[in-house]
Amino acid sequence: MNALGLLLPELILLVGALLVFLLDVAYDTDRESGASYGLVSGLFLVVAFLAAFFQMSLEPQQAFMMDIDAFAAFIKMTVFAGMALVALAGGRYMNRRTYNQGEFWTFFLIVSLAMSILAGANNLVLIYITIELLSITSYMLAAFFRDELRSAEAGMKYFLYGSVASAVMLYGLSFIYGAVGSLDLREVAGFFVQPDLTEELRVAMIPATLLALAGFAFKASLAPFYQWAPDTYEGSPTPVTTYLSTASKAAAFAVMARFFVVGLSALDVEWVPILAGLSILTMTMGNLAALRQNNVKRLLAYSSVAHAGYILMGLVAVAANAASGMDGLNGVLLYLFAYLFTNVGAFVSLMAVEETTGSVEMEAFQGLIHRAPWLAGMFTLFLLSLAGIPATGGFLGKFFVFGAAVQHQYYWLVAIALVNAGIAAFYYLRIIRTMYFGSQEDAGSRLELPLGMQATLLICTLATLWIGLYPPQVLDWVNTASQQILTAVLF
Amino acid sequence: MESIVLVVMLFWPLLAALVVLLFGGSDRAVKTSSILMSLVPLALSVYLLWGYDFEAGGIQFQVRAEWIPQINASFRLGVDGLSIPLVFLTALLSTLSLYYSAGVIRHRVKEYFFLFHLLEMSMLGVFVALDYVLFYIFWEISLVPMYFLIGIWGSDNRDYAAVKFFIYTLVGSVAMLLAILAIFFATGTFDILDAAAAQPFSQQLTIASLVFWGLFLGFAFKVPSFPFHTWLPDAHTEAPTAGSVILAGVLLKLGAYGLLRIMLPTLPHAAVFWAPWLVALGAIAIVYGAFVCVAQSDLKRLIAYSSVSHMGYVVLGIGAAAAVMTPEALADLANVFSLSPEALQDSAAMAINGATLQMFNHGIITGALFFLVGILYERAHTRDLFRFGGLSARTPYYYGLMMVAAFASLGLPGLAGFWAEFFTFRGAFAIVPAWAAFGTLGIIITAVYFLYRIIQNVFLGEYDPAKIEHWTTVDGQPAEGPTDVVGFEKLTLWPLVAAMLLIGIYPTPLVEYFNQSALELLNFVSTLS
Repeated sequence: MNALGLLLPELILLVGALLVFLLDVAYDTDRESGASYGLVSGLFLVVAFLAAFFQMSLEPQQAFMMDIDAFAAFIKMTVFAGMALVALAGGRYMNRRTYNQGEFWTFFLIVSLAMSILAGANNLVLIYITIELLSITSYMLAAFFRDELRSAEAGMKYFLYGSVASAVMLYGLSFIYGAVGSLDLREVAGFFVQPDLTEELRVAMIPATLLALAGFAFKASLAPFYQWAPDTYEGSPTPVTTYLSTASKAAAFAVMARFFVVGLSALDVEWVPILAGLSILTMTMGNLAALRQNNVKRLLAYSSVAHAGYILMGLVAVAANAASGMDGLNGVLLYLFAYLFTNVGAFVSLMAVEETTGSVEMEAFQGLIHRAPWLAGMFTLFLLSLAGIPATGGFLGKFFVFGAAVQHQYYWLVAIALVNAGIAAFYYLRIIRTMYFGSQEDAGSRLELPLGMQATLLICTLATLWIGLYPPQVLDWVNTASQQILTAVLF
Repeated sequence: MESIVLVVMLFWPLLAALVVLLFGGSDRAVKTSSILMSLVPLALSVYLLWGYDFEAGGIQFQVRAEWIPQINASFRLGVDGLSIPLVFLTALLSTLSLYYSAGVIRHRVKEYFFLFHLLEMSMLGVFVALDYVLFYIFWEISLVPMYFLIGIWGSDNRDYAAVKFFIYTLVGSVAMLLAILAIFFATGTFDILDAAAAQPFSQQLTIASLVFWGLFLGFAFKVPSFPFHTWLPDAHTEAPTAGSVILAGVLLKLGAYGLLRIMLPTLPHAAVFWAPWLVALGAIAIVYGAFVCVAQSDLKRLIAYSSVSHMGYVVLGIGAAAAVMTPEALADLANVFSLSPEALQDSAAMAINGATLQMFNHGIITGALFFLVGILYERAHTRDLFRFGGLSARTPYYYGLMMVAAFASLGLPGLAGFWAEFFTFRGAFAIVPAWAAFGTLGIIITAVYFLYRIIQNVFLGEYDPAKIEHWTTVDGQPAEGPTDVVGFEKLTLWPLVAAMLLIGIYPTPLVEYFNQSALELLNFVSTLS
């Protein structure tokens, strides 16, 4: 297969983005054609998903400073699935609120493209450039409703935090380049396993790692770089919030995993404690803040911060040769995959309520079971999955991540995560309570969902149950993906 | 062919739930189909009772299929002498609860019956699962429908009670999950029996203790063992009648079942080490729970606290047996008491039999008591003990039913409760005499609160019409005064009352099942090095 063929998913998205852009220029946009841009984007994402699925079975190889391996392919599948679902659900939502759909969906596809490259990037500069590409397009999408104060604020905050974070990250990466003399992650890895590596150099890498981490932590909304997340999530158009909290996070964790597990595998003594600390901080801060929210969108934003903390546990507990089938990295991937469907489902449920009531405050969910029983039922499933109740994908993700940590005997980390799971259940239950425990009289009128949202919700429900109840297939994927990374690692 | 029984029994309630959800038309149709469909698991559980082969013993009706090969988790079901009676209890109480609910639940009927079927499936699942992952999934799912049952159909303070129930048990369960993971990493399997056979951590008491307490937290919150019981009074009091029946009748047994099925065989060394704690917690629960009962003015809360006291017997019995879980501990203790190891092992078997009998009997007796409280509440709309009085003359049938249930609960010989207490104390006296003696105090106090609080306050004395403003019939029609139990209530209670009498007079058939599994457990641990 020639090198261009290896870029098939990216090329598909690029063509898609250009096509939507040209269509937008060529035709006068009215409301009707605007909706179809969403569908066209969704279609390109589905094709890209199939291309990524095909890449799962390829031999690991490299092209254009990118790894084309099962790990990258799996992340691409996750990301594209999420973006396609957002496109499916968000078409009508965007259509009602803006005239510039062509622009929106063009950038939407470019965001997907950036995440796709990020999934495989193995070169420090490419990592930096792609994060920038992802960030800049995301800033624009976050602020897409530019006449709305909230949306403008969301984009602005995101931009201010983001630009500082990437500058800091670039500084950190330059340290690594200075020490190693190469930008390639494998050469970086090879450099640090040298037996004659001086202690000074090892120590010097700690600030470099911390600085580089700032960029990743910002993208994955890890403490202490998560403060942008609640405001941005709340103010952005809900489809943007949805992908920021799911697909974008998956891409960020993918590049983090590659950076630390492949690039800095020899320095694990240095970075594992740092990540463990961040993990505790992130989940605790996220959960505590979520407890007090009355705006469901904001609540889910904080909860998504907390989930980043749980996922990080998997990276902390990465083990190269785990006989038990829980090597940490597969937990991260599984968690990301399950979390994607769950959280997309949760945000689309929110979008559905927002469409009809115009509000995302807790009160808008009062008595939802009487207004839209199926929506309430599915939203409940997503919330239970987020809370980690079994029979859902969310449980299996936690199971693998916690499992890896127990295997490493990080009992204190797991104990803190345990307390956090209890706190988290409390605020998820608050939403469920609001939906169900009211009386029938004060519920309000019935809710009608657009077809796209119905389809998205159904897909997310089925996927969540599928991962939770019969996961062998998904486990095969995540195991292949994590093994391809871990066998190459020089722990 | 045989193996299909458990699969059908387990997933039938799920089917029933889906039928209700998708095809449930009128409330009446939902109720009728729910009751009829719940007869299938009941019939199959009777088939299990009848079909269990005592000669062969062990786990029977096994099902084993590949499920998640990557982590060695399989879909493995099976029942033995311990689980069969509990499966029967679950199916029986579920059917009775559905039948009773059909008479009293009037709003959001479809949701109610949907959730109830889901609840039944999860409870059956815990009793038949022989794989940790499967076990844990069913264990946790049982939280969700119960949460909704309390939260939607409960009484005034339901919101608080539902959340408290959910969070408390969730925290316990997550601790259990970590213990399960630790066992998995030590043994490489999620199979409950294989893991027990592998004897993880038998040489490392510190880690074994951590795992032991992880498991114990999960089970103790469910049992609930003192001091983890604080969610129980709220949940039981606020839940709708049938919810309280299932909570007390079955959900509490899940915890005790876990202690016997998982904790004792898998971690016998840690069990021996911590047995004094279990015994103490059990004995304290018996006495403390009983004392708290005496102080209650709310009838339902009183019954709820009586569960804390009565489940204390279970923990006491299991704790006593835990003290001789290893051959060395058995020999040591036999030396101390100058008994033969065999005699001591007999006592351990009796303690286990007492605990398991108590699990079953408590399910029947307290189930009946909660039904009875519900019957009164439907009419009086209050549970305040001091606002009743003189009901014995007004509602003699109700009085009679309550007397049987109350006397069974306080352990009157000739009724079911007696045998459980007798076996428990007989077994525990030989192993932990001091705590057992302390525990017997509970029997006296139990008599006090049943006779003095309930019988005297509610049924004896003068009937004063001014104390309760608006009596209604069970259908919600205004009534002049208390009305006696009606047909569907009698039909709900009679199977339970009959079981109390039958087991009270002739407990042998039931004991045979439990004894089988108790002996198997003791044989299993006596072969350990």
